[in-house]
Amino acid sequence: MSEKNIDLVIIGGGPAGLAAASAAREAGLQDILILERDNKLGGILNQCIHNGFGLHTFKEELTGPEYAHRYIEKVLEQDIPYALNTMVVDISKDPNSDDKLVMAMNKEDGLFTVRAKAVVLAMGCRERSRGALNIPGYRPAGIYSAGTAQHYVNIEGRMPGKEVVILGSGDIGLIMARRMTLEGAKVKVVAELMPYSGGLKRNIVQCLDDFGIPLKLSHTVVDIKGKERVEGVTIAEVGPDRKPIPGTEEFYSCDTLLLSCGLIPENELSRQLGVQMNPVTSGPSVDERLQTNVPGVFACGNVLHVHDLVDYVSGEAAMAGKNAAAYIAGGCKNSSEAPEVEIKTEGGVRYSVPSTIHMEDMPDTLTVRFRVGDVYRDKNLVVYVDDTQLSKMPKRVMAPGEMEQVILVKKKLEEAGVTKGSKHSLRITIE
Amino acid sequence: MLDVLIVGAGVTGCAVARELAKTKRTVKVVERASDVCEGTSKANSGIVHSGYDAKPGTMKAKMNLEGNRMMEQLSKDLDFPYKKNGSLILCFAEEDRPALQELLERGEKNGVEGLRIVEREELIQMEPALSDQVVAALYAPTGGIVCPFGLTIALAENAADNGVQFQFNTEVTKIEKAEDAQGTYYKVETSKGLEEARIVVNAAGVYADKLHNMVSNKKMEIIARKGEYMLMDKEVGGMVSRTLFQLPTKMGKGILVTPTVHGNLLTGPTATDVEDKEAVNTTQDGLGEVLAKAGLSVKQVPSRQVITSFSGLRAHEVGNDFIIGEAEDAKGFIDVAGIESPGLTSAPAIGVYVAELIQGIAPAEANPTFNGKRKGIPHMADATAEERAALIKEDPAYAQVVCRCELVTEGEIVNSIRRTLGATTLDGVKRRTRAGMGRCQAGFCSPKTVAILARELGKDEAEITKCGGDSIFLVGKDKENV
Repeated sequence: MSEKNIDLVIIGGGPAGLAAASAAREAGLQDILILERDNKLGGILNQCIHNGFGLHTFKEELTGPEYAHRYIEKVLEQDIPYALNTMVVDISKDPNSDDKLVMAMNKEDGLFTVRAKAVVLAMGCRERSRGALNIPGYRPAGIYSAGTAQHYVNIEGRMPGKEVVILGSGDIGLIMARRMTLEGAKVKVVAELMPYSGGLKRNIVQCLDDFGIPLKLSHTVVDIKGKERVEGVTIAEVGPDRKPIPGTEEFYSCDTLLLSCGLIPENELSRQLGVQMNPVTSGPSVDERLQTNVPGVFACGNVLHVHDLVDYVSGEAAMAGKNAAAYIAGGCKNSSEAPEVEIKTEGGVRYSVPSTIHMEDMPDTLTVRFRVGDVYRDKNLVVYVDDTQLSKMPKRVMAPGEMEQVILVKKKLEEAGVTKGSKHSLRITIE
Repeated sequence: MLDVLIVGAGVTGCAVARELAKTKRTVKVVERASDVCEGTSKANSGIVHSGYDAKPGTMKAKMNLEGNRMMEQLSKDLDFPYKKNGSLILCFAEEDRPALQELLERGEKNGVEGLRIVEREELIQMEPALSDQVVAALYAPTGGIVCPFGLTIALAENAADNGVQFQFNTEVTKIEKAEDAQGTYYKVETSKGLEEARIVVNAAGVYADKLHNMVSNKKMEIIARKGEYMLMDKEVGGMVSRTLFQLPTKMGKGILVTPTVHGNLLTGPTATDVEDKEAVNTTQDGLGEVLAKAGLSVKQVPSRQVITSFSGLRAHEVGNDFIIGEAEDAKGFIDVAGIESPGLTSAPAIGVYVAELIQGIAPAEANPTFNGKRKGIPHMADATAEERAALIKEDPAYAQVVCRCELVTEGEIVNSIRRTLGATTLDGVKRRTRAGMGRCQAGFCSPKTVAILARELGKDEAEITKCGGDSIFLVGKDKENV
């Protein structure tokens, strides 16, 4: 088995991996390798043929493939090496150095090991399956995750069904309700377990309302009929405990059930490497540089936490790439040991990325992103350092489907007494 | 005229087929589904029972013990996953100790080796995840776990490699006894035409009664008894290392919590008699019961780690024993019926027993070319770095990952399609290679596997099914119905 040395290995050639690679090169790092398991760069964007991407980054509306193309072009112009159809099968820390050993394989090179000084984790996420949702009933053909259906329709030009019920109002489900309708299927209903949608408001308007597709909040699928192919599903209302209310069952005949019930970061490799995970995001816990507890291992994009907008993924990933380059340029040394700031989230704020801050490495401003656990109207996002209020921002609406952020200013933290070597907690809360 | 026609390509039918392949006979297996292992054999606990449970003297006790003793060698000969992990039968209350003692004595009477009662202190050392309610347990070190698909497919492939014919999508509709100069034979009408055979082996699972009653006036009744299961992620597969059974309590018959031979955690089954012999659906109540009862055995049931749930139908015969033998009023018609738990364990022994029965009825010479060894599909996931490199060198397709969750490559999938009795459906590939068995449940790999199936079988992707029949994935092209 061959072994090669590469300064920075980026696992994943989707939007996160591409932006990380490009930014690392811009920061002056020469020796980079992107490992992508699929047969082209661009990741899941390749099947997202609807528009709405890039409003923040490029100030224009692009389709998914167009957005991906801009980053692919950049990576090609920068002449950054990448390997397609390449799966990372094993990753470990070299016991005798700070290097990471990445074992991967593909048809051309066979099985090989890359010895890397730093690694950017950019593996993305997967969809929650029917099994994980515990939906009772038969197990016929015709049950797809929304993303699988999207692949069939948008990449292969094939229809996975004619009469469709969708469970879950995540963005992919909403987008697929519109897509299936445009391609000639009848979408009968979108059922959502929660009393609010998990998707962006704009998608509910543009994908459901505009096509007259009903959205049933606080509803779930309680039975699947059909022994070979789906013949119908039963939907019932759920109470505040999210359990079905007997007597509210309604049968919908259909040949397809699409599931859009949440995304799960794919961190099997991260776990192998001993990366500490955040149970709320199912992604790694990271500091201000997006570095995990394993020095030289950075994370970005949906493997870190699930994003709504690819623009934010690109921005985050660029930061990870830049920081990885700086880590390598600095001789793979961590400038400071223990973080001065632990970010605590309270009052409906579910988590934050990053979750710790080393003051020495903090840029002048740092964006902290998070999600809230419920729908909040006319509330304030408040930040405290210890017991001192640092900022207070009024918010008209906050919802679990839309990622929120606060921007921390380094100078203000210092004024509040956060200095190198001290210990503070920074609280983000809703009041 | 066939010497033997076997109806049903489940684990017993396939075990009988392989045993008969050791002799010079024309043997054919007909199966109504599109693949082997499509009924009870595919949806069960995957346990190699030690044999303490069955009533001494019954066929169940005899076949269980014998099957258990055969399994290890068979797993080596036929290259399927098996592990002797040991079983514990948990006792939750002091007042139930007599029942535990009774089980120990019954097991010893059955000839089970190594049985002993283990007290809580030692149990916690053995299985730290046990719940606080456990007071003692019966330990059966000869208990094991096996891949039920692996076992069934291996038996079938080896039988086919040694000359047994298999015909799928073939449902038996009528059986008639007939006579000619050589004696009794059977005319078996199927959905694919007429078969004639001197001997018919009825291994039709939950439909064994229907077949039996076509030729015999001594009516048989098989009840479909549903069992629901939940399978959990490999992340929690190491929570227990032995199979945990429960002593029956006031709450009724217990369920098990076990690692699977592939490293997942499995819990179930419930037991509900159902009218519809096709009712392999799961239910809200059933799944709820599984979770609740599993909580009796282990401290914390990792319910958030469930990756799939399924149900299977046991072929329960009212007399509560296996019915294996020639039907009283139908010479040459051999029932292998009521094969519920411990049927999977017993299958290899049942194969031998039935082959001996047939030898007694119509003797045949040994097959001099019989080769009892079979090589399974290599699994990149389980291979060492050296083995992986060697496989890739032989065929680069072993470096092309299709199923990322279970690390299954194109090489393995192509192998599963091209080999003897190769896969023709997505489920067929899944059971042979584990592609799609992981945590994303085929979300990412199913389009790729469908494409490989279509390419290898020379079909269009729209013709590829999940499990035969109308279980198609694709219904047309974009905009066809606009």
